[in-house]
Amino acid sequence: MINFLFGRKKSANSAKERLQLVLIHDRTDLTPVELESLKDDLIETISRHIDIDPTAVKINVAQDGRSQRLVADIPLRTVGRRRGHEPGSSAG
Amino acid sequence: MTAQVVTIASGKGGVGKTTSVANISVALAAQGKKVTCIDGDIGLRNLDVVLGLENRIVYDLVDVIEGRCRLRQAMIRDKRLPDLYLIPAAQTRDKTAISPSDMVRLCDELRQEVDWIIIDSPAGIERGFKNAIAAADRVLVMTNPEVSAVRDADRVIGLLDAEEKGPAALIINRLDPAMVKRGDMLSVEDVLDLLAIELIGVIPEDENVIMASNKGQPLALDGKSKAGQAFQNIARRLLGEQVTFMDLESQNLFQRLLGRK
Repeated sequence: MINFLFGRKKSANSAKERLQLVLIHDRTDLTPVELESLKDDLIETISRHIDIDPTAVKINVAQDGRSQRLVADIPLRTVGRRRGHEPGSSAG
Repeated sequence: MTAQVVTIASGKGGVGKTTSVANISVALAAQGKKVTCIDGDIGLRNLDVVLGLENRIVYDLVDVIEGRCRLRQAMIRDKRLPDLYLIPAAQTRDKTAISPSDMVRLCDELRQEVDWIIIDSPAGIERGFKNAIAAADRVLVMTNPEVSAVRDADRVIGLLDAEEKGPAALIINRLDPAMVKRGDMLSVEDVLDLLAIELIGVIPEDENVIMASNKGQPLALDGKSKAGQAFQNIARRLLGEQVTFMDLESQNLFQRLLGRK
């Protein structure tokens, strides 16, 4: 937002973001393409057991100091929702 | 005496390893320590010119290892600091002229003679690097606040962990506080976030560095320049002192808000 208002993204921010991605790859030897294919395999396997929303699945490599961990966020479809309730309708 | 062996490595060339080895060695010697620095860059000798000792070389590192001279004969004594010695690299040989175990043997002999052994690693992660870290008790990884240097430093840090030479400590060289302020250079915090290792020094961009190497008089000798002070601080931290980091980029709250997403 601030970048939008000020017209240009600071180059140091680009450097940091780009390096974060490059270092993950360098340290794990896992390319973005391989990560996507891992995600597809995960979705396929998990879908065989439980109902999930494939479009909502997020998979990332998170940093913890110099070690990496694979973090998958896989929202489950609740039985209620599957039967036609609007998401969030039970709230409140 | 049992010397501590410290190697300075970076992966990428041109980030300032040789200048740092010269200045940290000078700063340690100025504190009254007996120091020998070793140029590990066989074939691309440079530590001698940065220290201003290029005219006094008779024997070099490879001569000692191949037994053409005694260790003492290859140690060039600095004219300004009587407790500072240089073992120069051979200029007409290459990295394969010595092996990691040669370096371990040489340093074991040298450990009895001095307090500190500071080794200048060549760029790269091959034989020369492996030679340079073989005897190290501690490795300082040097980087610039710049994408290629940070990436290469990360690679070197990983290799040091794998060789059980870690944890390495980081020196960030050529930091330009004005560029950091306006968001066009990675800050110290950015680089530490990315590399996730301990910091041992930050050297600001300083034209005195080039002027000093022009003259062959390491700037840590006078210590008036910011870079000279930063090198002295690294030496003091190596000696175990708690030295606060110089305030180079003092950002106020407004700049922080603008500079960060």
